[in-house]
Amino acid sequence: MNVKMEKLIVSSSPHIHTDNTVSKVMGDVLIALVPACIAGVLFFGFRSAVVILTAVAACIIFEWLFQKATHRETTVSDLSAAVTGVLLGLNLPVSIPLWMVLVGSAFAIIIVKQLYGGLGKNFLNPALAGRCFMLIAWAGAMTAFTPAAFSGVDAVTSATPLAIMKNGAEGVMPSLMMAFLGAKGGSIGETSGLCLLIGFIYLLVRRVIDCRISLTYILSFAILTFLFGNNGNMSKLYYTAMQVLTGGLLLGAFFMATDYVTTPTTPKGHIIFGLGCGILTFLIRRFGGYPEGVSFSILLMNVASPLIETATMPKVFGTEGGKSK
Amino acid sequence: MSYTFKGGLHITDHKELTNSLKTVRLPDYPEHIFPLQQHIGAVLKPIVKVGDTVQVGQKLADSDAFLSVPVHSSVSGKVSAIRHRLHPSGDKIDAVFVENDMQYTVHESVRPIEDYMSKSKDELLSVIREKGLVGMGGAGFPTFVKLNPKQKIDYIILNGAECEPYITADHRRMLESPSQILSGLRIAMKVLGLSKGYIGIEENKPDCAAALEKALGGKGDIEIRMLKTKYPQGAEKQLIHAITKRSVPSGKLPADVGAVVMNVDTAYDLWNAFENGMPVTRRIITVSGDCVKNPVNFEAPIGIPFEFLFEQAGGFTEAPKKVIAGGPMMGTAQYNLKPPTIKTTSSLLAFHKIDDIYSSETPCIRCGKCVEHCPMHLMPLNINKLSIAKNYELAEKYHILDCIECGLCSYICPSKRNLLHNIRVGKQAITAIKRAKKSGS
Repeated sequence: MNVKMEKLIVSSSPHIHTDNTVSKVMGDVLIALVPACIAGVLFFGFRSAVVILTAVAACIIFEWLFQKATHRETTVSDLSAAVTGVLLGLNLPVSIPLWMVLVGSAFAIIIVKQLYGGLGKNFLNPALAGRCFMLIAWAGAMTAFTPAAFSGVDAVTSATPLAIMKNGAEGVMPSLMMAFLGAKGGSIGETSGLCLLIGFIYLLVRRVIDCRISLTYILSFAILTFLFGNNGNMSKLYYTAMQVLTGGLLLGAFFMATDYVTTPTTPKGHIIFGLGCGILTFLIRRFGGYPEGVSFSILLMNVASPLIETATMPKVFGTEGGKSK
Repeated sequence: MSYTFKGGLHITDHKELTNSLKTVRLPDYPEHIFPLQQHIGAVLKPIVKVGDTVQVGQKLADSDAFLSVPVHSSVSGKVSAIRHRLHPSGDKIDAVFVENDMQYTVHESVRPIEDYMSKSKDELLSVIREKGLVGMGGAGFPTFVKLNPKQKIDYIILNGAECEPYITADHRRMLESPSQILSGLRIAMKVLGLSKGYIGIEENKPDCAAALEKALGGKGDIEIRMLKTKYPQGAEKQLIHAITKRSVPSGKLPADVGAVVMNVDTAYDLWNAFENGMPVTRRIITVSGDCVKNPVNFEAPIGIPFEFLFEQAGGFTEAPKKVIAGGPMMGTAQYNLKPPTIKTTSSLLAFHKIDDIYSSETPCIRCGKCVEHCPMHLMPLNINKLSIAKNYELAEKYHILDCIECGLCSYICPSKRNLLHNIRVGKQAITAIKRAKKSGS
């Protein structure tokens, strides 16, 4: 032979693999969230970046610390903690005190993710669970929404469009176009539907996710809202569009309800999961005490997801027609 | 319109390395090695002795066992040894060594079978066994058994999918010998008593379809159907489903839904066995990979050590880290380059750049890609877990035994988990338990 032979590696097939990795998947999610982050800074100011970066840094550091303390392999390089950080940051109001961000991040990473076994083992979405923890612990700070820049609202704090629609709180409803582009009150990441959509399309194109969960979520919610929503003196169509575009629905449907770990792996399961999220969000927004229900809906469906998965196992090839043996 | 199944995935196939290269005859090699097992079934017993002179097409070994087919010499010369030798499967198996006298004198048994299309089914089947025919796609199942099922058969399908990356042996066979393949298929149709046959070809090989259509010349007894280019389109159950819309039930055989699938190269050898009386002694072998200097399709007699084929392909540009007999998805990794080519060696691949997945396994993130792409619609992530936990009862409920070991789950996994490896271990354990129970009761 013309080259010196080395020892050959013998292993079972297959011998080739996709070059996709967990950190590439998480990297894609981070890239997809960049437009929403930019919109947050644009509409809520520089402090948005501080909040998001604090959450990211805290999530990474808490994961690293916990793994060091428990003598486990550190896995921060898989970027999943960074994703949790960005998502948590995007789910907070810009005025949130930074120490609360730290506590929320610790809850998300240590309690929700690591104590259940780390990446892939947690049954709740860490960012959402962290947010809900904060919402219950510091309801005031978590719902003190500053008006977005360019929205024409001039006040220190303002009611979000959802709060106005819910209980007629004082405030000005943005136009549909403004609501879509981003000039509306709410959490940092909720403000621009356009930027969220860009990120969602990026994830679809990169085939990180498919559209099953997100679309069934949004559609089922929109249909229920159109049919049974309390639209008051607004037109049904305007009210429905507003309900979809405001609050955390798009952020949740595109980025949280599609989290791999906490959703079913089966295609049919995706549809049921999306439907469940849509129905629950509608019920909470329409009849619940909170103006917003996205986080709770997704968390509730997270809990149901193992059941959904078992119930929607794909029909194995050759067992069609009910015969399994 | 193209035919296909649900699941699967198109994998970058690298076939461009060799698919436009005409097959070339491999130069002579001084000593050929014929392992006594080149098929699924019993190991053969040699019927020649050391020192005997043998000729091309002469039977070297046979067996009384039902599931077996004889092995023939591909060269003429003297039997120099009968001893064990590393086999492409990784086992050591006895082999007949023949010194090549380079004369290629043909044995007297190699005579055209006269008027074979008017012979009876049993006569045809005995020729098919005697000429050493096995499935040339890689499995090596005896053809005379496959063509003699108890069930009523409605479909004979030639498999020209060749869905494994890199391999172009069937591609070249279809391009270079289309009329021989059609004749071979007609023999199989005759054996099965069918008036119609099908050939399935992936859409990435339109040239093959054109060549076969041309050879067919408008005759209606054979229909060529284009299949979607995706792995594993050539898997038996998936191919049958694509063409007939029939699903082979869990735990059953293709014949149970009235279908028989045969590789295109087997059809060629069928023709060769009857037209020329020549047993299976040669085949097309693709030699390719990322560190082979001149990737090539060889037309070669069987029984030549892998080393010689790589040498004749210009050697390596860099030291290979992995050498595979067969395709990269289902082929067998080799310990060294000593094993000889056998009837089912469709390709030899050498790779310098390999995925070191055994040290990079990360936690499952439940992305569901393995579920989405599994051609059997299984949930590999769950079966993997159950198999590792040795929870075989539940693994069976998750249909572990239906896995066709195509390897797509391991291929697609972003966490680089060795799904198929663990599933395979589980399957073997379950099969062993079942066998023990059977023999115990």
